[in-house]
Amino acid sequence: MNAIDFVTAGELRNDIPEFAPGDTVRVSVKVIEGDKERTQAFQGYVIRRRGTGLSETFTVRKVSGGVGVERIFPLHVPSIEKIEVLRRGRVRRSKLFYLRDLKGKAARIKERR
Amino acid sequence: MSGLIGRKIGMTQVFGEAGESIPATVIEAGPCPVVQKKTPERDGYGAIQVGFGEKKKSRVRKPEAGQAAKAGVPVPRHVREFRVEDPSGYEIGQELSVELFAQGDRVSVTGRSKGRGFAGVMKRHGMSGGDETHGNKSHRVPGSLGSAAYPARVFKGRRLPGHMGDARVTVRNLEIVRVDTDRNVLVVRGAVPGPRNGILLIRK
Repeated sequence: MNAIDFVTAGELRNDIPEFAPGDTVRVSVKVIEGDKERTQAFQGYVIRRRGTGLSETFTVRKVSGGVGVERIFPLHVPSIEKIEVLRRGRVRRSKLFYLRDLKGKAARIKERR
Repeated sequence: MSGLIGRKIGMTQVFGEAGESIPATVIEAGPCPVVQKKTPERDGYGAIQVGFGEKKKSRVRKPEAGQAAKAGVPVPRHVREFRVEDPSGYEIGQELSVELFAQGDRVSVTGRSKGRGFAGVMKRHGMSGGDETHGNKSHRVPGSLGSAAYPARVFKGRRLPGHMGDARVTVRNLEIVRVDTDRNVLVVRGAVPGPRNGILLIRK
């Protein structure tokens, strides 16, 4: 291990559950409004995981009021309170960008058993 | 304004208070023993000389060996001088470490920038160059250097191709985002001149 690894080791989180693209997750994010802090949930499909180590990020997509919304989270960011894996999805690729062109029934992901 | 000698380890990122990611450079700094003091009375100015690292025995010259022996430390591989108002606050042999700095401090970091050789104006001065297409043949040239019959010469200071890099560069006002006293490591926000393993001076 070199000095960089020691620096990043202090930043990495070890409370992150295993999840993969296609899974449905609920991400609880701490938001600071004025002087108050509360948590906000963002629930949807994971459509991408990229990067390694401290700079790894993942993208969650949900359809809210007929509009697709995607949010990119750094995996190790301290403002994520928790990540809950609600459902495992069976998908055949690691980047699910094709979901952007689909809607309604076609945009569903089968559950992995 | 004393400081430390360090070695650039490389870049990474860390998270800030608000969860934002901060691009950061990891620097191994110190411990730096004071090997000599320069006093206004004797030398006309106040400064301390500090060392860093350890020199191979076969590379040690006698004057260095004597100086290090006086300070009671192994012969340092690098020695640099820091100007201080009053050197009497330092002892020869005293070790300066990263404890000099605290998280949130602002520092200047000096290093030797990566050599780029003989570079053109686009790389060296960020000029835009000419069109690549539309029948243009002047792709990476600076264009006009000035007027014509008057002044009939090129003014001094005109930015032209030439040697780039391998120069002493100081980046000021870098924020210290982490200090690891056990491993003698500083983490500063942003980039720092020079290659990995390059020698740096870190000053308050």
